[in-house]
Amino acid sequence: METENYFSDMTRGSSALVLHERDNVGVALSDLKAGDSVTVIEGGGAKYDFTVSEDIAFGHKFALRALPPESRVYKYGEEIGRMSSGVDAGGWIHVHNMYCDRGMK
Amino acid sequence: MDSFLGYRRENGSVGVRNHIAIIPSVFCAAKVAQRIAASVPGAIAFSHPVGCSQVGEDLEITARTLTGIGKNPNFAAVVVVGLGCERFSPGELAEGISCTNKRLETVVIQDAGDSIKAADAGIHYAMGMMQAVSAEKREEFPVSELMIGLNCGGSDMTSGLVANPSLGVASDKLVSQGGSSILSELTELLGTEEILARRACSEEVASDILSAIRSMEERLAGQIQKSSNDKRKNLISTGNFDGGLSSVVEKSLGSMKKSGEEKFVQVFKYADAPTKRGLLLMDSPGHDGEVTTGEVAAGAQIICFPTGRGTPTGFPGVPVVKITGNPRTYERMKENMDINAGKVILGASSIIEMGEEIYAEIIEVASGKLTKAEILGHDEQFCVTRMP
Repeated sequence: METENYFSDMTRGSSALVLHERDNVGVALSDLKAGDSVTVIEGGGAKYDFTVSEDIAFGHKFALRALPPESRVYKYGEEIGRMSSGVDAGGWIHVHNMYCDRGMK
Repeated sequence: MDSFLGYRRENGSVGVRNHIAIIPSVFCAAKVAQRIAASVPGAIAFSHPVGCSQVGEDLEITARTLTGIGKNPNFAAVVVVGLGCERFSPGELAEGISCTNKRLETVVIQDAGDSIKAADAGIHYAMGMMQAVSAEKREEFPVSELMIGLNCGGSDMTSGLVANPSLGVASDKLVSQGGSSILSELTELLGTEEILARRACSEEVASDILSAIRSMEERLAGQIQKSSNDKRKNLISTGNFDGGLSSVVEKSLGSMKKSGEEKFVQVFKYADAPTKRGLLLMDSPGHDGEVTTGEVAAGAQIICFPTGRGTPTGFPGVPVVKITGNPRTYERMKENMDINAGKVILGASSIIEMGEEIYAEIIEVASGKLTKAEILGHDEQFCVTRMP
């Protein structure tokens, strides 16, 4: 994985993970800035370049494609919630634009 | 089969530590228990705020928990300290522990005369016990004698991504050799019950898994309805949000990964003694201390504790192996972390290799190697859960 700079400096883009083939989100493995190009690693090991459109903090999720309101968000191959508002490809997904009925109402 | 060096107990169980437990049956006896333990290094006081003015299941949980702690094989001997008029009587606590045939004495403050006399009597008991148990030697036992408790706290994305899957590999390795591993934190499994039920060894266990998690969700929903403060309504913490987890289901999927791929053989009540060996599910909410206390009361000799953001806590008399999946946390909190599973994120190790490393550490710790929490005296996790 391209994360050599991770220990010393987690402030600039290196790579991101997609945990399951069904997932429509990637997870940042370092603090990413809008416009950063990251190498996305899929569960099976395949890699491709992708550009994030917002700042994405380490551990946070970004959309792999545009997701309209009410679309399902998949991570680990399972639904973790739905979009409360839309997000562009490469945009940050978190509680400001995603909701989950279970345990949260 | 792999083996470790432990202490043989009178009832055939095996301890990985050789402490004396000083257990108050009620909070009124806490200071006397502390004074006894302070006078005999190696003795541990289990102070708690319960034992009286309780009824029904709430009192039953207190009784099961304190009795289970006393029965845990990491404790070679027990001094029960009572006040004399409490709901959970010292006699009942001592009787519950006595089936282990371990060294056991009882001090009751109102019978002894006053708290000074009670402490004095307890110190004499504990001192005699320590002399005897200090002569015990470690012997070789198969890992099938081990029971580990799983719990994660201070989670971030690396817990679900790296630390928990690695711990799952270690758990599978122990369970496949006849050992036991306890998954709990039902509040952090919400939304994964169907997936977990598919991993049950029988339809009965599957149904127990579904009903345990659904009951927990109903209980939480009831509590949430009673609160008018919106900040009290979320089931995941601010630190979890900051770390990038956006929903309970997202957290749950990461949480369940620490139980590996083995089949569940039994669901058991909080702090109860499971009757089967293998992968177990304990019915408990997700507070770190409540979970590990219940697991120790169930017989766990070691706790394995993934923590992405880093927590220093430990359990009195029971080693807690801290595993962080976050390399930055490992660098910053090296003195509190036992395993750096962040090597997986750095590309320096695979999940499987990290699982092997965790498993090897479990064997080392079982054989006497101290965890960092033990060395630093961290003992925050003991607490008795209550029913509303």
